[in-house]
Amino acid sequence: MADVTLQNLVKTFDTVEAVRGIDLSIPNNEFVVLVGPSGCGKSTVLRMIAGLEDVTGGDIRIGDERVNDVPPKDRNIAMVFQNYALYPHMTVAQNMSFGLRLRKVAKSEIRDKVQRAADILGIAELLDRRPRELSGGQRQRVAMGRAIVRDPEVFLFDEPLSNLDAKLRGQMRIEIQRLHQQLRTTTVYVTHDQVEAMTLADRVVVMNAGRIEQAGTPDEVYHRPRTRFVAGFMGSPAMNFLDCQITEENGRTVARLAAGPALPLPAEQAARARSYTGKKLVAGLRPENIREAAGHDGANSSGVPHDVSIDIVEPLGRETIVYFRLGDATLCARVGTEVHPSAGEQTSLVFHPDRLHLIDPETDLVL
Amino acid sequence: MRVLPPLLRRKPAVAVLMCVPLFALILGLVAYPFFHALFLATLNKAETAFVGLDNFTFLFGRQTFWMVVRQSLLFALVAVVFKALIGLAAAHAINTIPTKGQRKWRGMMLIPWVIPPALSTLGWWWLFEPTYSAINWGLTKFAMPAVPWLSDTFWARFSIILVNVWVGAPFFLIMYLAALKSIPGELYEAAEMDGAGPWQKFFFITLPMIRNIIAITTLFSIIVTLANFDIVRVLTQGGPLNTTHLFATYAFRVGIESGDIPLGASVSLFMFPMLAILAFIILRNVRRRAASLA
Repeated sequence: MADVTLQNLVKTFDTVEAVRGIDLSIPNNEFVVLVGPSGCGKSTVLRMIAGLEDVTGGDIRIGDERVNDVPPKDRNIAMVFQNYALYPHMTVAQNMSFGLRLRKVAKSEIRDKVQRAADILGIAELLDRRPRELSGGQRQRVAMGRAIVRDPEVFLFDEPLSNLDAKLRGQMRIEIQRLHQQLRTTTVYVTHDQVEAMTLADRVVVMNAGRIEQAGTPDEVYHRPRTRFVAGFMGSPAMNFLDCQITEENGRTVARLAAGPALPLPAEQAARARSYTGKKLVAGLRPENIREAAGHDGANSSGVPHDVSIDIVEPLGRETIVYFRLGDATLCARVGTEVHPSAGEQTSLVFHPDRLHLIDPETDLVL
Repeated sequence: MRVLPPLLRRKPAVAVLMCVPLFALILGLVAYPFFHALFLATLNKAETAFVGLDNFTFLFGRQTFWMVVRQSLLFALVAVVFKALIGLAAAHAINTIPTKGQRKWRGMMLIPWVIPPALSTLGWWWLFEPTYSAINWGLTKFAMPAVPWLSDTFWARFSIILVNVWVGAPFFLIMYLAALKSIPGELYEAAEMDGAGPWQKFFFITLPMIRNIIAITTLFSIIVTLANFDIVRVLTQGGPLNTTHLFATYAFRVGIESGDIPLGASVSLFMFPMLAILAFIILRNVRRRAASLA
């Protein structure tokens, strides 16, 4: 068990700056998920923690020790790879015990540890098989078993679920969560899948272009994004962005959406937006904050109705996603199953300003 | 639209027709010579009478023949071991060079293998040749004694093995290099996290992952090396006193130069059962391992 600290971490490949100064401190036992689009540097950060990439600048500390120049095997970490990286010529038991055998751990102790890990992961009956005789999910379990038997201070996961089909991914997500609850080992997990990030993380670190955009609880990054990038990256379907103007109307601060309704801002938002009166901002509104007019929940009462023309309808069963045009922009709304909009239809949707995010287009920061 | 004649409209017929050149080649270049050699081996020297296995009984009673058997095995064993070791070391060395610089090294290392061996061996012969030996000239410059490269039994054997290794090692190099490149890099990273050093990575990851290629390459090389002809022919013609003869050069000596073609055929046929058994064992192991890895 140890905490991990990254200080002004930099990595350049030839002329490309992959990681541009990362500061992050991960307390003991925490499950941190690095999430971001491909090429944002998240895997590079993980590989630097693992010791598989040299550090160009800055420091990595595990516990109290600066580990920049410590070889991977002496960092007491274990890593689960995207393609499992199981040794194809070894059985499951041999795969799991390889690290222990290299460290000359006593045979009886190895057997106990492998058995315990196999029991935790439900792969006890697979111990004598070769990797090629296993399904994707089983291979992933073996890869995790190999990490567990080492009893490391830190677990590293590099997109471990990206090779599995959607259903299996859901199951393995739950297992990883259960595993963490059981072992409480400090974990750094890299993914580009925001659902994994939201469901697994104690803390989500959203990365973009080699920098940290925001680090916070899943709730924080979803509901209180710090930048336009985070607002747009977290959430599916993605947040709607459209130009708006801040005006004062009848003593209230109002965000007037381009080609759309004027949304009166809640007191807190209004206080922050007031200095921008008369200026152009970008309004961010999640699809769930644009609803059908005929709703029956109380929240609808605070919304502003607006007539739109439906472009595309995606029924998903428990909800329906509708795309509509507002001026030049295509927006997305989530409506309940009670209404059945059809493409081309004119209908009234309600815009809810209480969760509106206002973004300064010059800094891309959320107000 | 042109219409095909009825025979060509039937797919199996077309398939068989297309295979005819291949069958003809195998028949003409493999099956016919093999069975003709079998037939020849049962005739007397004048090829006028059937003598059954008499040629073999005659050979088995001759010391020179058993010397050739021992020499061929020694030659093949030593040469293949060194080719394999040097090939593996060189493949590893090249594999550690960044990909950009690899091509020119790969190209240079392949040169001995692509030059026709009869020509390159002639070059070696100049280096070894007693009167003008460049190597001996170099040795005596440094006040060392000249070496009788081709006239002393030990040095003559050493020389033909050296040249054979020089010609054959690049083949191992290229096969091993391809095998090394097919090992996923993640395995080494996983091994590194597991605490493996360079030697442990080699013994526990690299070697097991390329075992099949090693087996097949070795088998192939043993066959080619046992059947070697040109190097011995150019360097020593089997001398001194037959101590560098291999199956092929001895068969040539007996069959062509001494005019006893049936006896020569018997010598060359002697290799066949040995190689067949070897090939069977190695290929069976390869299949088993391939089935467990794939």
